[in-house]
Amino acid sequence: MRQITLSQAVNEAIAEEMRRDPAVFLMGEDVAEAGTPFKVLSGLVEEFGTARVIDTPISEPGFVGMAVGAAMTGARPIVDLMFGDFIYLVMDQLCNQAAKQHYMSGGKLTVPMVLRTNMGATRRSAAQHSQSLQALVAHIPGLKVAMPSSAYEAKGLMKTAIRDNNPVVIFEDKLMYQDKAEVPEEEYLIPFGEAHVKRAGRDITLIGTSSMVQVAEKAAALLAADGIEAEVIDPRTLVPLDEATLLESVRRTSRAIVIDEGHQSYGVTAEIASRLNEKAFYHLDAPVLRMGAMDVPVPFSPALEDLTVPTPEGVAEAARRLCGGEMIHAA
Amino acid sequence: MGKTNTEDYLRMYRQMVRIRTFEDNANQLYLSAKMPGLTHMYSGEEAVAVGLCEALTDTDRITSTHRGHGHCVAKGAAFREMFCELLGKAEGYCRGKGGSMHIADQSHGNLGANAIVGGSMGIATGSALRAKLLGQDDVTVCFFGDGATAQGLLYEVMNMAALWKLPVIYACENNGYSEYTRTDEIAAGSITARAEAFGIEAHQVDGQDVLAVNALARDLVARARKGEGPFFVELMTYRYHGHHVGDINREYYRSKDEEKDWKENRDPIIRFRAHLVSEGIATEEEIEAMNAEIEADAAEAVAYAEKAPYPPADEVDMHVYAD
Repeated sequence: MRQITLSQAVNEAIAEEMRRDPAVFLMGEDVAEAGTPFKVLSGLVEEFGTARVIDTPISEPGFVGMAVGAAMTGARPIVDLMFGDFIYLVMDQLCNQAAKQHYMSGGKLTVPMVLRTNMGATRRSAAQHSQSLQALVAHIPGLKVAMPSSAYEAKGLMKTAIRDNNPVVIFEDKLMYQDKAEVPEEEYLIPFGEAHVKRAGRDITLIGTSSMVQVAEKAAALLAADGIEAEVIDPRTLVPLDEATLLESVRRTSRAIVIDEGHQSYGVTAEIASRLNEKAFYHLDAPVLRMGAMDVPVPFSPALEDLTVPTPEGVAEAARRLCGGEMIHAA
Repeated sequence: MGKTNTEDYLRMYRQMVRIRTFEDNANQLYLSAKMPGLTHMYSGEEAVAVGLCEALTDTDRITSTHRGHGHCVAKGAAFREMFCELLGKAEGYCRGKGGSMHIADQSHGNLGANAIVGGSMGIATGSALRAKLLGQDDVTVCFFGDGATAQGLLYEVMNMAALWKLPVIYACENNGYSEYTRTDEIAAGSITARAEAFGIEAHQVDGQDVLAVNALARDLVARARKGEGPFFVELMTYRYHGHHVGDINREYYRSKDEEKDWKENRDPIIRFRAHLVSEGIATEEEIEAMNAEIEADAAEAVAYAEKAPYPPADEVDMHVYAD
């Protein structure tokens, strides 16, 4: 099968959906000729024109709010938020407006929009261009959250997001745009709420999101050398969350580590670990561990930044201790 | 005076009285502790909503505010579903989930009230962007108050609306007060100049004169439909009640003499009624009969809403996500 980059996969997904449905359009900062700083959207303006690939001023609340209004009245906007960190700028439009319209109107209004943005540290971009803020979004009822872990997921999840009748936020890892994966030529969609078992194993379950799926897979390879068989699962969407697949695995392996690049406290890892504790308690042989980013603003210096995110070695070490019977409190 | 004008005038009068009557009943429901929560009265500002909405069709959209009952009625909503919504009943416009501050009436193009001051400016401008993108000829009116001109969102979306010539009309209802503070204490310079800075044609109009508002609105709506928008209108008006129904003792921010002057000398309904009579469009008797009919409609709707059932418990987690 052909291999394409995550960036190409996102581009293909958007182009296919824009060809299929004239109500789909793109807006954001430098999405047209510039194709975004990461060049993910290059070529779209040439095909669809500036009426449907709209460069906006640097006014995040304004253009996200406009996407909400366009979505409420029959269009299907894809909004590009250049850095995930800028979510703080659009919280009212996202959380008070987009998330609540359907509920507040008793089901009469819908907001079929996609907010595509990114996450991930270790690009030496410091504290305001490196955050992974998916937990903030996943906390708000009415919003859906997708976290693609490869080009294959990026394409299938984006197409599903564009066709969804709810506001969906997609977080892409900035460091993965050039990563290649097998992506079929023919059309496919990935349903929301279906986790993917990336690697089967019987001793411990490693649940990773986005870039942390790769970390978990690398940790599993390290563990295999020690004779520990780790199962690796990618939930693919945080909202909705495929609890059944996670629980089935953990009931079998009796141990789990949840890995996500957002801050550990009050985060995605905490939520998933809590659900496993509540619903698989009697199957567990060890506490479910959380491994998120350190609870510090992301530092600039490479010597410091690399300490803040989970690593394959760190995950493998924690897994060895869990499998060795240590009731550890923190990784 | 042609027949068409006569019908238009009587409908405008009727709609203004319907708003005032709705608000009088809503206030009574609050005072008698029959309504959960609080509400914000539109009384005094009727000519603004009616003058503008009478220039619109059902496919034209509006976005409304926390002080939104007037916009809702003016855009065509029915008393019964509105009172049901105010009381949190299942037959309300939003099945009781929105309440006073979130009534939306999709069938008449009302995209909803919004409890964040200035919160719907993006939505209104986005609705206009959608019209242009999909080649639809509807116009969107964005209602907001003088207090909302302090929100940065307004300047972001006016910039984009002007750049892209969107069919949106920004309707600033200047009632002189930003919650409990005089507008001149929170707004520097001219309000219309804010829009003019973006190259947006801006007008100021007497918001107590329904004919003046409607004449301006008809012109701007027609021009916006032809792609000549956006436009900005500052409507000078007055809020008879406090910021909300519980804001009773308000002499620390405005005098009773001031309120009395607006109510007795500049009331939009009294003024328009006198005009209808002097122009021979309606007699005092006909007007009294119309008022009585509206009062009876409101009383019936309130009685209906009071008896109507609450939503069943299984609706609490319904409508979080659309299918």
